[in-house]
Amino acid sequence: MTILSFTLILLLGAFLAGLLGSLTGLGGGVVIIPLLTLIFHADIRYAIGTALIASIATSSGSASAYVKEGITNIRLGMFLEIATTTGAVAGALLAVFMPTHIVAIIFGCVLIFSALTSFKKKQDHSTESGNSKLAERLRLNSSYPTPTGIVNYKVHHVVGGYFMMLFAGVMSGLLGIGSGALKVLAMDNIMRIPFKVSTTTSNFMIGVTAAASAVVYLQRGYVSPGLCMPVVLGVLAGAFAGSKILTRANVKWLRIVFSLVISFLAIQMIYNGITHKL
Amino acid sequence: MKQLFSKYLKDKDIQQIIGKQLRIGVVLSSIIVFIGGVIYLIRHGHEQPNYSTFTGVREGLNHLTGIWQGVLENKGMNIIQLGVVLLIATPIFRIAFSVIAFLLEKDYLYVCLTLIVLGIISYSMLGGLAG
Repeated sequence: MTILSFTLILLLGAFLAGLLGSLTGLGGGVVIIPLLTLIFHADIRYAIGTALIASIATSSGSASAYVKEGITNIRLGMFLEIATTTGAVAGALLAVFMPTHIVAIIFGCVLIFSALTSFKKKQDHSTESGNSKLAERLRLNSSYPTPTGIVNYKVHHVVGGYFMMLFAGVMSGLLGIGSGALKVLAMDNIMRIPFKVSTTTSNFMIGVTAAASAVVYLQRGYVSPGLCMPVVLGVLAGAFAGSKILTRANVKWLRIVFSLVISFLAIQMIYNGITHKL
Repeated sequence: MKQLFSKYLKDKDIQQIIGKQLRIGVVLSSIIVFIGGVIYLIRHGHEQPNYSTFTGVREGLNHLTGIWQGVLENKGMNIIQLGVVLLIATPIFRIAFSVIAFLLEKDYLYVCLTLIVLGIISYSMLGGLAG
C-alpha cells in the first residue's frame, strides 16, 4: 500500500468515526485508537498522539456552537479544568513508564465503560435547591436557556466532582482520549448538573485537557503529521456532517450498533494487550 | 433586576467571542493541514507508510523552531505540523482570552483560577516533561 492509498482509506475511516461519534454523542476520538492500531497496524504511541489531536479538533469545533447558545457553564468548566489539566500532565508523565500492552488493556476497559454508559437510561438529578457553600463561593450555580424559559440549577458535591475530574484527566493524558464519558459521569451523578449543561461543559473542557498532554506528546514525537492529516480532516468533516443530519436520523438504533462496535473493538484491544501484540 | 440582566448580557457577549475564536482556530488549522497534506501527498504519495514500529517523528517535527524552519522550506509534513500546533493552541488561546474576559468582569477569583490552568499548561509545555 502506498502513502496515497493509505491516507485516503484512513480519511474515509476517520470520516465514519466522526460521523457516528457525533450522531451517537459518543465522540469520534474513541474509535481512532482501535482504528489505527487494529486495522492500520500503527504503533499505539502514534495512535495516542493522533487521537489527542483529533479530540482537540472535534471538541473545539462543537464547543464553538454550544458556547454561543449559552448552555455551557464556563465558570464550572474553568474551575474543573484545574483538575483535568493537572491529571492530564500526570497521565502523560505516567505514559513513559507504562508498558504499551498495559495501556491497551486500560484503554479497552475505558472503552467498554463508555459503551455501557451510553446504554444506561439517564436520570436527571438536577435541582434548584441545595446549599453547597463551595459552589456558592465559586459562583458555580447557574442557569441555562430551554424552549420553556431560563432554568436555574445548583451544583452539588464540588470536592467529589473535582477528584473524579482529576481521574478523568489522568485517563485522558495516559490514553489520548477526551474521556467525555468519565467527565459526564462526574457532572451528572456527583455534581447533579442538568444533562445539556454537563455534556456541553464536558465537551468544552476536552480541548484544554487534551492540549495539556498534547504539548508533551508533540515533543516526544508521538504526533505524526502523516497520520494527523487524514484523521483530523476526516473526523472534522464527519462530525460536521453528523451535526447536519442529527435531527433527521433515528439515533437510538445507531447508538446500539455503534456501542456494540466499540465493545467489540475494546475486547480486541484487551486481547491484543494480554497477548502482547500491541 | 436590572443589574442581573446586564450581567447576563455581558456573559453572553463573552460566550459569543469565545465561540467565534474557537471556530476560527479550527477552520484556520484545517486549511493549513489540508495545504500541507496536498504538498506531502504529491511528493511522498508513492512511498510506503511505516507506522508499525515506533521511532518517533523525524528530527525537526517535534519542536517549534524545527517545524517553522521546514515551513520556510515548503516541506509538506512541516506545514501539516504547523496546522496541528495551531489546533493545539486553539483551546490554550481560549484560556488566555478568558483571563482578559474575567478581568473585564472584575471577577478576580476566576482571573486567578484561569491563570492557574494557564500555568499548568505552560509547565507542561516548557517544563521539559518530554524526557
